[in-house]
Amino acid sequence: MLSPAALTEIDREVAKYPPLRKQSAVMSALRIAQIELGWLSPETIEYVANYLEIPAIAAWEVATFYNMYELKPVGKYKLSVCTNLPCTLMGAESAVEYLQRKLGIGFNETTPDGKFSLKMSECMGSCGEGPLLTINNHKMKVRLTPEVIDEILAGLE
Amino acid sequence: MVNIEIDGKALSVAEGSTIIDAADAAGIYIPRFCYHKKLSIAANCRMCLVEVVKVPKPMPACVTPVVEGMNVQTRSLKAIAAQKAVMEFMLINHPLDCPICDQGGECQLQDLAVGFGASASRYHEEKRVVLNKDIGPLISTDMTRCIHCTRCVRFGQEVGGIMEMGQVGRGEHSEITPFLGHAIESELSGNMIDLCPVGALTSKPFRYAARSWELRRAPSVSPHDGLGSNIEIQSKNGRVVRVLPRSNDAINECWLSDRERFSYEGLHAADRLQRPMIKQNDVWRECDWQYALDFAAQALPAVKDKRGATEIGALGTPHATVEELYLLQKLTRALGSDNIDFRLRQSDFRTDDALHGAPWLGMPITEVAELGSVLLVGTALRADHPLLALRLRHAAMRGARISLVNPLDDNLLMPLVAKSIVAPAAMVQALEQVRRALAGEPDDAVAHAIANTFNRGGRKAVLLGNLAQHHPHFAELHSVAQQIAELSGARLGFLGEAANSVGGYLAGAIPRAGGMNAGAMLTAAPKAMILLGVEPERDSANAAQSIAALHGADLVVALSAYKSAALLETADVLLPIVPFSETSGSFVSTEGRVQSFAAAVKPLGEARPAWKVLRVLGNLLNVPDCAFESSEQVRAEALGDGIVAEGRLDNRLKTIKAIVPVTAPGLQRIGDVAPYQTDAIVRRATALQKTHAAQIRAWMNGALLAKLSVADGDMLKVSQGEGSATLMAGRDDKLPDDCVRVAAGHPLTANLGGLFDEIKVERAILNV
Amino acid sequence: MANEVIFHSIHLPESWKLENYLKVGGFDALKKVIAEQMPAEEIINQVKISALRGRGGAGFPTGLKWSFMPRQFPGDKYVVCNTDEGEPGTFKDKDIIRYNPHQLIEGMVIAGYTLGAVAGYNYIHGEIFECFERFEAALEEARAANLLGKNILGSGWDFDIHAHHGYGAYVCGEETALLESIEGKKGQPRFKPPFPASFGLYGKPTTINNTETLASIPYIVKHGGQKFLELGKPNNGGTKIFSVSGHVAKPGNYEIGMGTPFKELLAMAGGIKDGRKLKAVIPGGSSVPVVPGEIMMDVTMDYDSISKAGSYLGAGSVIVMDETVCMVKALERLSYFYFEESCGQCTPCREGAGWLYRVIQRIEHGQGRAEDLALLESVAGNIMGRTICALGDAAAMPVQGMLKHYRNEFEYHIKHGKCMVNGG
Ligand SMILES: Cc1cc2nc3c(=O)[nH]c(=O)nc-3n(C[C@H](O)[C@H](O)[C@H](O)COP(=O)(O)O)c2cc1C
Ligand code: SF4
Ligand code: FES
Repeated sequence: MLSPAALTEIDREVAKYPPLRKQSAVMSALRIAQIELGWLSPETIEYVANYLEIPAIAAWEVATFYNMYELKPVGKYKLSVCTNLPCTLMGAESAVEYLQRKLGIGFNETTPDGKFSLKMSECMGSCGEGPLLTINNHKMKVRLTPEVIDEILAGLE
Repeated sequence: MVNIEIDGKALSVAEGSTIIDAADAAGIYIPRFCYHKKLSIAANCRMCLVEVVKVPKPMPACVTPVVEGMNVQTRSLKAIAAQKAVMEFMLINHPLDCPICDQGGECQLQDLAVGFGASASRYHEEKRVVLNKDIGPLISTDMTRCIHCTRCVRFGQEVGGIMEMGQVGRGEHSEITPFLGHAIESELSGNMIDLCPVGALTSKPFRYAARSWELRRAPSVSPHDGLGSNIEIQSKNGRVVRVLPRSNDAINECWLSDRERFSYEGLHAADRLQRPMIKQNDVWRECDWQYALDFAAQALPAVKDKRGATEIGALGTPHATVEELYLLQKLTRALGSDNIDFRLRQSDFRTDDALHGAPWLGMPITEVAELGSVLLVGTALRADHPLLALRLRHAAMRGARISLVNPLDDNLLMPLVAKSIVAPAAMVQALEQVRRALAGEPDDAVAHAIANTFNRGGRKAVLLGNLAQHHPHFAELHSVAQQIAELSGARLGFLGEAANSVGGYLAGAIPRAGGMNAGAMLTAAPKAMILLGVEPERDSANAAQSIAALHGADLVVALSAYKSAALLETADVLLPIVPFSETSGSFVSTEGRVQSFAAAVKPLGEARPAWKVLRVLGNLLNVPDCAFESSEQVRAEALGDGIVAEGRLDNRLKTIKAIVPVTAPGLQRIGDVAPYQTDAIVRRATALQKTHAAQIRAWMNGALLAKLSVADGDMLKVSQGEGSATLMAGRDDKLPDDCVRVAAGHPLTANLGGLFDEIKVERAILNV
Repeated sequence: MANEVIFHSIHLPESWKLENYLKVGGFDALKKVIAEQMPAEEIINQVKISALRGRGGAGFPTGLKWSFMPRQFPGDKYVVCNTDEGEPGTFKDKDIIRYNPHQLIEGMVIAGYTLGAVAGYNYIHGEIFECFERFEAALEEARAANLLGKNILGSGWDFDIHAHHGYGAYVCGEETALLESIEGKKGQPRFKPPFPASFGLYGKPTTINNTETLASIPYIVKHGGQKFLELGKPNNGGTKIFSVSGHVAKPGNYEIGMGTPFKELLAMAGGIKDGRKLKAVIPGGSSVPVVPGEIMMDVTMDYDSISKAGSYLGAGSVIVMDETVCMVKALERLSYFYFEESCGQCTPCREGAGWLYRVIQRIEHGQGRAEDLALLESVAGNIMGRTICALGDAAAMPVQGMLKHYRNEFEYHIKHGKCMVNGG
């Protein structure tokens, strides 16, 4: 189900922890699986659980507890915008409005062409640079203005 | 010891105990939901908040350790305020649908809400609704009622041995559920129903059957395995509607296996025999007791007179009571015959004359959890002895080294240090290798590893399971196991198959003077047979053969609670007796504990307790000293004061059987007993039959599937001699080569042959 | 006296590279510890003298915490760094691993040496994944330079550090939830006691510190606790990074001495944006009570002074709000955060956080009831101090703070169904 490359990466994570503590790698393993498959289906989660030799329900608990995991398919680019208070004070609302207008979708929606999904997110620990968003969880774009947003969207193929 | 005060009561309690321990011991009740004495402490419900004087915050009593001089107030304004506040939070998202909830009347939330809940709710927002899950035929869910105490989750992790329930999601949205679409598979799953303090997890078979206050409750003892679990039988209008555990830390603690909990559905099966029946020129008709008993009372002596007393035989089941088995053998012996037995699935009786006493567990049940090294021989442990498996699991958690010599390699949900998985025909040799390893003779690696599990201190045991006891070379297995025990300083023990596997011996229901044993009688039956609760095609070591044997008899008098097919075929008269729930009686458990119980409900129809039927029959047959007025009198004669005398239990053999080389048949059957087919009652329990564990297949490893060029899921015809069965092929690569696991006791396999005999497998021709 | 301790290399291009950290005397402290084979007691003593207090929010004296670690306990022990910064308004630890990761590594290695640990883990907030990757790269550099891993600097002592990322759960910043998370479970906090020092990661003795706390260690070891103490004020030793966000001209991190007047900090941050007036400040991250601007203007930035003002220094996360802010709307957003982030384990927080949010949401949307404010105070009070971890308190405190200082705005919303500050 996962590529050899992905499995080697998971093994690298497993190696960070003491023997018999494979479960410690479940968060990275799910992250790696999500990067490869776009989202975490029950089958994927069960596969990861078996790979780490933990009960499927234990992996399911983790996948549903941390909200950067996607349990339903999302667009090619998932844009998560922080809307917490500091970011809001610094203009998150107008950034969100602009994004929604440009993409024609609201939060938790995906553009018809399947390219973009929008998510509302909690504090990303970067408030000084707000308003801000992440692209597919791992790339952060800060100090959002209409110009910056146009640039970001233009850059996403 | 530390000195503390709770609600003004001065107490001296053990170091390291919690406030709730101390309070419980002192009879001071502190409300709680998530705390359970047999589970780890979660401290998540916060219902147990109490005031500790001089501590600003209220403290959770379930997890707060006592310290010298601590002054606890469980009823102070501060404590009550905290408890009321928690109760309010508990209730804001609870449906409060008590009137339609099965937990109604026995719900901890309901009880406490009365004490701590406010009359009117201050919560005017939308309530949470949680989708229900289908988690199998035994447990029904109403997850909106769940209060997230996580008892069921912790049960799986800590008791069941595998995490099946989890808390998924987060915060207010979190839900208790198994993995998507998975049903709960644990053979102990029903305990989650007891653990759930609210109506989120309730019994599916019991659903809407009764309100708790309508129930009549009677203490009893579970008959399905040798443990003697203490149960409470709950009935409504004379019908058993639920069975719950009675807590007994020496036996079942607060647990029950699903078999013990849900078997009651079989008590009222449609084919319960309610009136005597007699077969005349091949037609069955109902008759009255007088007629039926007279018939038997004339027919039996007639055979004796014509053919001699040795042509009379009697078979009981190990699930019958001591009183029943005692009277059966008394009556048989009074007729002059020694042909009496109850060990229906045993096939090798060569050690009978070498036995010192009745084979038993060899130790108290509680000691099983304290063992340090254990060798298990020939057992489907979790299916046959669910709660002993649990004790062993706890031993394993405490670091016990457990090893296995077995034809099966099912997941025991406990770590095994070493195992030798071999065909039944190779078991004696495999065990012999272990003996040699212990004796320091050349051996193989696995045997050496197994032997090594013994070379540390701590309590040790060699335990023989049902498969070993049913094995055609039981004598050799017993002999070698005994030598291993002697060499390693381990206790030798037998895992009792049924309620009276020990009691049957003590009741004298075995041949003493060269009479025929069960194996002999079910191979070539005497002319006249008395059957007590026996379903020959389901209960014996060789289904097909036992039917044939009974066909060979001229007279079969069957005492039975059910109109079972094979009896209608082979018997001449059917005397309706009652199951354990409708009679008084006693069982002697695998640890040698005598437990007596009274009838929980009245006999159904004209059925009568077997001990009464046998007494009357005895009187009609002029059996001397047979005027018993109560089952207690019978017990007194059978067991004396009711305490098993020292020495009557003894696993040692006087003489060791030498090992004869065994030639393996082409394909060998591994005939374990299907978990929910062990006895007449269980096999009629409908919900249990719907479980995954109840579905049987012809299991074999991939190599054999390939050799037979069949695939997992194909329909196969398996046959032994004349008998055959059509089963789905199943792949289990952990099975030994050239073995086919085909469970016995099941209707589909009811005309196959010996449990460990040769078996043929071919693709089934399905005539569509 | 800015950027003395942590951001002292920030002016360098690629300050996060090992070579650049070495240029400013990086790893001198570790070399000193190894060369002199400094006794653990001595190191702990210097940390005590420095009056360094935990920078993660609770402000617990670090030297004291270290002295709880049972060094003699046989078997594995761990040092864990908390870089799970997710408290709204907090973003200092991100810049530490972004601009000066090696100083944290040095601090963790010294901690490992002092506490007899076999390994260290740094738990990094999932949303700053680029910084997680940078930190992992820094670990590689340090290993290559034998400053980490086997036989560190030829001392014969092994100690390695690994990075573990979060993936979107604020509660994992709570130390025991964080440990659960490293073990590969849901981040549900454990009841304390037992404390991590006796039962921590994998049930082994563990010391957990905040990123800024550990990154301050090299300075203390190198220059002595006294010098660090003097950077701040008694009982409030050292410099502290303040994360200033909200309505200021130059939001960002400012490392200044403890006890610096808020006025000065505000000036450094460019003052209130667009010449508007200061209304209120949340001085220690979203979890602490709000403080009206006028009170704030007389406060100095240290634990004691801010507690006197009725709030907490917390993690030094200063959220500045100008006159245009509607406090009902602000509180609605904060309450949603705690409702969203409650782990769901204990009843008062799981059920209460949602209750608070829903009531405040109603008020904000003009459906408030007269009795709602009393209800809010009562529900917040019923959560306070009755939960397993402090997230429950964190959900309650903002409500109590807002109602204390800005009750009139809430009453206005309830009475008129609209906002007092900006109509709508
Ligand atoms: C809900 C909650 C969130 C927390 N988040 C963080 C955090 O993001 N970073 C942190 O260092 N400490 C956080 N803490 C405090 C930690 O539990 C712990 O006190 C701290 O990491 C100890 O390090 P220190 O003594 O160096 O401050 C949080 C506590 C709670 C209750
Ligand atoms: S207070 Fe909230 S976050 Fe903390 S343990 Fe309880 S439910 Fe979880
Ligand atoms: S509030 Fe948006 S990143 Fe902190």
